[in-house]
Amino acid sequence: MTSSIWNPELMKTALRDSFIKLNPKVLIKNPVMFVVEIGSVLTTIAFFHDIFSGGESNALFTGQIALWLWFTVLFANFAEAMAEGRGKAQAENLKKARTETKAYRRSKSGKMETVNSVVLRKGDIVVVEAGQFIPADGTVIEGVASIDESAITGESAPVIREAGGDRSAVTGGTKVLSDKIVIEITANPGEAFLDRMIALVEGAVRQRTPNEIALNILLAGLTIVFLLATVTLKPFAIYMHTSISLPILISLLVCLIPTTIGALLSAIGIAGMDRLVQRNVLAMSGRAVEAAGDIDVLLLDKTGTITIGNRMACEFIPAPGVNIQELMEMALLASAADLTPEGRSIVTLAEKKGIRSSTPQSGVIVPFSAETRMSGLDYDQGSIRKGAFDSIQTWVKTHFKGTVSPEVSLDVKSIALKGGTPLVVAKNAKILGVIHLKDVVKPGIKDRFERIRAMGIKTVMITGDNRLTAAAIAAEAGVDDFLAEVKPEDKLRLIKSYQAEGRMVGMSGDGTNDAPALAQSDVGLVMNTGTQAAREAGNMIDLDSDPTKIIEIVEIGKQLLITRGSLTTFSIANDVAKYFAIIPAIFASSIPALGALNIMALRNPQSAILSAVIFNAIIIIALIPLSLRGVVYRPQSPSKILERNVFIYGIGGIIIPFIGIKIIDVVVSALGLA
Amino acid sequence: MTTRDTIQLGLYLIVLILATKPLALHLEKVFEGSKNLLSPIFGPIEKLIYRLLGVNPDEDQHWTKYSIDLLVFSGVTCGFTYLLLRAQKFLPLNPQGFAGMTPDLAYNTAMSFTTNTNWQSYGGESTLSYLSQMLALTFHNFISAAVGIAVAVALIRGISKKEGKGIGNFWADMIRCNLYVLLPICIVYALFLISQGVIQNFHAYDIATTLEGVKQTIAQGPVASQVAIKMLGTNGGGFFNANAAHPYENPTALSNFFQMLSIFLIPSALVYLLGRRVRNKKHGWAVWAAMAIIFVVGVLITAHYEYQGNPKLAELGCSSPANMEGKEARFGIFNSAFFATITTDASCGAVNAMHDSFTPLGGAVPLSNIMLGEIIFGGVGSGLYGMLMYILLTVFIAGLMIGRTPEYVGKKIEGREIKYVMFAMIVMALSILGFTAWGALDPRGLAGLNNPAGHGFSEILYAYTSGTGNNGSAFAGLSANTPFWNWTLAFAMFFGRFFMMIPMLAVAGSLAKKKIHPGGEGTFRVDNSLFVGLLIGVILLVGALTFFPALSLGPIAEHFDMLQGHLFK
Repeated sequence: MTSSIWNPELMKTALRDSFIKLNPKVLIKNPVMFVVEIGSVLTTIAFFHDIFSGGESNALFTGQIALWLWFTVLFANFAEAMAEGRGKAQAENLKKARTETKAYRRSKSGKMETVNSVVLRKGDIVVVEAGQFIPADGTVIEGVASIDESAITGESAPVIREAGGDRSAVTGGTKVLSDKIVIEITANPGEAFLDRMIALVEGAVRQRTPNEIALNILLAGLTIVFLLATVTLKPFAIYMHTSISLPILISLLVCLIPTTIGALLSAIGIAGMDRLVQRNVLAMSGRAVEAAGDIDVLLLDKTGTITIGNRMACEFIPAPGVNIQELMEMALLASAADLTPEGRSIVTLAEKKGIRSSTPQSGVIVPFSAETRMSGLDYDQGSIRKGAFDSIQTWVKTHFKGTVSPEVSLDVKSIALKGGTPLVVAKNAKILGVIHLKDVVKPGIKDRFERIRAMGIKTVMITGDNRLTAAAIAAEAGVDDFLAEVKPEDKLRLIKSYQAEGRMVGMSGDGTNDAPALAQSDVGLVMNTGTQAAREAGNMIDLDSDPTKIIEIVEIGKQLLITRGSLTTFSIANDVAKYFAIIPAIFASSIPALGALNIMALRNPQSAILSAVIFNAIIIIALIPLSLRGVVYRPQSPSKILERNVFIYGIGGIIIPFIGIKIIDVVVSALGLA
Repeated sequence: MTTRDTIQLGLYLIVLILATKPLALHLEKVFEGSKNLLSPIFGPIEKLIYRLLGVNPDEDQHWTKYSIDLLVFSGVTCGFTYLLLRAQKFLPLNPQGFAGMTPDLAYNTAMSFTTNTNWQSYGGESTLSYLSQMLALTFHNFISAAVGIAVAVALIRGISKKEGKGIGNFWADMIRCNLYVLLPICIVYALFLISQGVIQNFHAYDIATTLEGVKQTIAQGPVASQVAIKMLGTNGGGFFNANAAHPYENPTALSNFFQMLSIFLIPSALVYLLGRRVRNKKHGWAVWAAMAIIFVVGVLITAHYEYQGNPKLAELGCSSPANMEGKEARFGIFNSAFFATITTDASCGAVNAMHDSFTPLGGAVPLSNIMLGEIIFGGVGSGLYGMLMYILLTVFIAGLMIGRTPEYVGKKIEGREIKYVMFAMIVMALSILGFTAWGALDPRGLAGLNNPAGHGFSEILYAYTSGTGNNGSAFAGLSANTPFWNWTLAFAMFFGRFFMMIPMLAVAGSLAKKKIHPGGEGTFRVDNSLFVGLLIGVILLVGALTFFPALSLGPIAEHFDMLQGHLFK
C-alpha cells in the first residue's frame, strides 16, 4: 500500500464512484449533502428556465452556480470514495488470503472426507498437514506445527501453534509449514476474522459510532436552523420591496450549512479505520476505535509489554573468599545445558567476561524441576547447582551440612530489593556466590509512558512478581502505578473497580486466563498469538502481537475525534465570511446602505455570490488530504491541544474564507465570469 | 461614558457578587428540602399545601412525570387567569369599573403571564381591575418565576446526580421556591420600595388639575407588591403602562439601582449553585464570568451608541447629539442603557426607557440579548437552562477537539442530549424567524406598524423575539393589541417557554441516568479561561449565524441608513 494519497489508480475509481454516489437513495444518509443535491437540482431547473425564457445574462450566472453546487456534491462523494478506495486496496490484500481451499474434515465417526473450505461450520474438526492451508479460523486440539502467517501479518518468520495453552489459535488462510495438526473450527463462513476485517476496511458494514451519530444530529440541526434563516429571508425581502431569486437563496443556504464537515465526515471515519489496519491492527468495530480515545487507564502486563519478557544475568557476585573467576566458571558449567533464556544469558555474560565455555567430559545434567527449583550438573569433580536461594540453602544443608554466610544472604536480599532475581550457585558444601538476574525494561518504553501521561492516561503495571520487584521495575519504566502478586482473577476485579469509578480501561492480553478481563475492559487488544478464547473476548487484534501497540491505538482514536471536531469548528467558523460576502450582495440594489458590510470589497453582487459558492466547494477538495491523514496529533495536555486547534480551525476558520473568497472574486471578475 | 457611569457599573457588579453566594446557599437548602432559616415560619404552611394538593414532596419524579405536572399546572393556572380577565367586570376590587378583556387579549395576557413573559398588549392602569392585577398577574408573577427556577434546579440535579432515575419533585420545588425564596424576599423588597415612594393602596384614581388647567387622571393601586415580584421574578410586567419609567413604580435612583440588581439576583445565585452542586465551584464562576463579560460589553455598546446619538444631528448644530428621545430625564443616558441591557439579558422585560427610541445599534443590543436566548444571567431559571444548551454545545465541540467523547462535569454528552438541545434551538429560530416572516407579510401584521423600512422591520422582529424569548419588552411603536398580534405572540410565547423547558428537562432526565466520570488530566476543563472564551465564542457564533440576516435588514441597515442621512416617509 503506497502512502501517497493521490494514487492515480485509486483516483480513477473514486472519480467514477463519485457519480454513482449521486443516487439520492445513497445520499440521503448524509442529510447535509442531500440538501445540497436538492439545491443543485433546483438551480439546474432554474438555469434551463433562464435559457428558455431568454434571460441570457442571468443564465450564465445561474449556470455557474448550478455547476459549482454539483461540484460540491461530487467533491463530497469523491472524498468518501477516496477513503473507501484506500480501504478496499487494503482489503484486496487480505482477500488473497481468503481463497477457497480444500479441507480434510473428520466426521464424528472418525471418517475422513474432503470438502470445500466454505462449507465448514463451527465445531467441525479438520486435519491439516505440512504444505496445506488452514481452511478457516480455529483452535488446535491436537499436535503442534510451525505456521507461516505472513499472509495476514506480513511477518515471514514462522510461528509455533500447539494444542492446549495460550498459543492454540490459528487463522484461516495461513499455511502449515511442518507437522500435522487437528483443528476445531471456531467460525462459520463469513464470520471469520478476515471476513469481518475486510468488511470493515471496505466500509461496507461501517456502523456509525455514538460520537458520529451525535455529530450528525448537530449537523442536521444546524442545517435546519440555516434553512430557517435562509427561507425567511424571502419574506423579509418582500417586506423590503426587493426580490431574491431562488438560485441566490440556495447559494446562501449551501454556503451556510456545514458542507465541509458534512462532506468529509464519513471519509474521516473510514480513514481512521484504515490507519489502524496499516498498523496491522484489526478492530471489530468503529466504536472500539473511538473508545480507545476515551481510555483513562491502561493496564499493562509487565512481562512482554514493559520488560522484554526474560530475565537476563547482569552481574556475578562471589561469596566471601571465592574468586569471581571460579564463580563464573562454575555458573557456566551449570548452565551449559540450560536452554532457557535465563540460562543462555548467564552463558553470554560469562563469555563476555572472558570465560571460555567448556563442556565437561562426563557428567549428568540435572534439569530444572518445579519441585527442586534448581538445575545443575553432577560430574567427576562434584555437584554444581544453581537455583533459588532457599532451595540451594536446603540442598547444601541436607547433602553436605554446609552453611550460608551472612554476606551471601545480604547479597540475595539486596538483589531482590532492586527488583532482580538472585540465583545462588553452589558447589557441594560451598556457596560460590550469587548471579543477579534482572528484568530488562524495553528500550524507549519510558518515553512512551511520558507520552501517555501527557494525554492524561494513567498506566498501571500488572505483574505476578512480589511487591519489591514490581516496585523497582515500575520505577524504572516510569508507570504511574502497579499491582503486584496478581492472579488472573485480580485483573478482572481491578478493571471492574476502575469502571465503577467511571473510568474507561484498556488492556492488552493473550492468554485464555486473560479472556474475562479482556471482555470486561472497554478496549481489549489481543495478540494474534493469543488463544481463540482471548481473541473472541477482545475487540481488537494486533497481528504483530506487540502489546505496546495499544498506545498507538489510543492515539489513532483521539486523532479521529480531533479531526472531526476541528473540521466541524472550521466549517461553522467559515460562515462568518460568507455572510459578509452574500448579504450585502443580495440587497445591493434595495438597501444600498448595506454595502457597508461588503468589507472584502468584492467586485459585484454576482461575483460575490459565485465566489462564496466556489470557495465552499473547493475547500472540500483542499481538505481531503487532511481528512484522510487526520489532523496533526501530538501527545499533549488537552488544554494545549484545544488551544492549538481552536486557534488553527476556529480563528483560522474565520479568517481563511475572507482571504479565499477575495482571491476567487479577483479571478472570477478577471475571467469575466460574473 | 462618564466616570460616574463606570463607578456605577463597577458597584453593581460588586454588590451582585457579594449577594450571589449567600443567596445560593439558601437556595441549596431550600431545594434540598433541608431545614433553612425560614422553616419555622413557613414549614407548617408548606405541609398544609402538600396535603391540600395531595402530593408527596419526597417522590423523586422521572423527567416525563415532572414535565407533565409542570404542563398541567401551567395549563390550569393559565385557564384560570383567562377566565378571571374575561370576567373582571363582575368581580370585586374594580373601582374604575373596567370591562372584561376580549378573548384574544385575555388569551395573550394569560399566556404572557403564565410563561413569565409579561408582554403587555394592554395598558395596566386603563384596563385591569385591582383584583386582576393582584390575583391573576401578581400570582402568576410568583408561580411562573417559581416554575422557571424549578426547571433549572431539576436540571442541576440531573447534571450532578450519580446514576439516578428522578430529577426531583415539581410540586416541592415550585412550592418551596415560592414560600422560602420569592415571598420573603418580596415582602422585604416591597417595604423598601414603599420607603422610596412606590405606592401601595386600593384608592380610586386621583383627578388633578395641572398648572395649565387640564384635568389629569393619576392612577393608583397596590404597586409596590407587584413591582417587587416583577423584578425579582424577571417577569417585567408593569403595573402601569410606562413600567419602570413611571415615578410611582421607580421613584428614585436607589430604587432604580435595586430594581436592576433584583433582576440578576436569583439568576446569578443559580449559576453559583450549579458550580456548587457539580462539585466544581470554579465552573460556576467560569459560567458567571462568561455571562458577566457579554453583559458588560453589551452595556458599553448600548451606552456608547446612545451617548453618540445621531451624528447627523450634530452636523445640524445640535448642542448634544446624545439620544434622549424616549428616556426619563431622571435616569439619563447611562441608566437607561444599563437598565435596557439588564432587562433583556435576563428575560425580565421591565423597562425604564422606550427601547423603540434607541439608536439602531443601541437598540440592537437588547434585541440580540433576547435572540441569544436570554442567557446572560437570564430569566430566573430560564437563564441557566438556556445557558446550559450553549454549554453542552461548547463541551461537545471542544470535547471532540481534544479527542475524547465529550463529557460535561463527568457525564458523557451523546446523541440524545445533542438532539434535545438542537430541538430547542430549532424551535427558537423557527418561532422568531417564522413569526417575523409571517408578520412582515400579513397585512394584519403590517397594520400595526408605525414606522417604515428597517425600523418597522425591527419592531416586528423585536416583538416576536421578545415573545419567544419570554422577555416582554417591546419596540413599542407597534400597535400590538389586535387579534393578529395577540394570537401570534401568544403562540410565540408558548413555544419559547415550553419547547425550551421540556427538552431541557429531558436532558436533565438523560444526564441523571449517567455515571459520573471522574475528571482526569485527559478531560476538557470547564473551569478555566479557555472555557470561558470558547463558551462566549460559541454563543456569539451560533447566535450571529442564526440571526445575522434578520439583524442586517433591521438594525444594521437602519444604522447605515442613519449614517448616510437616509430619510423615510
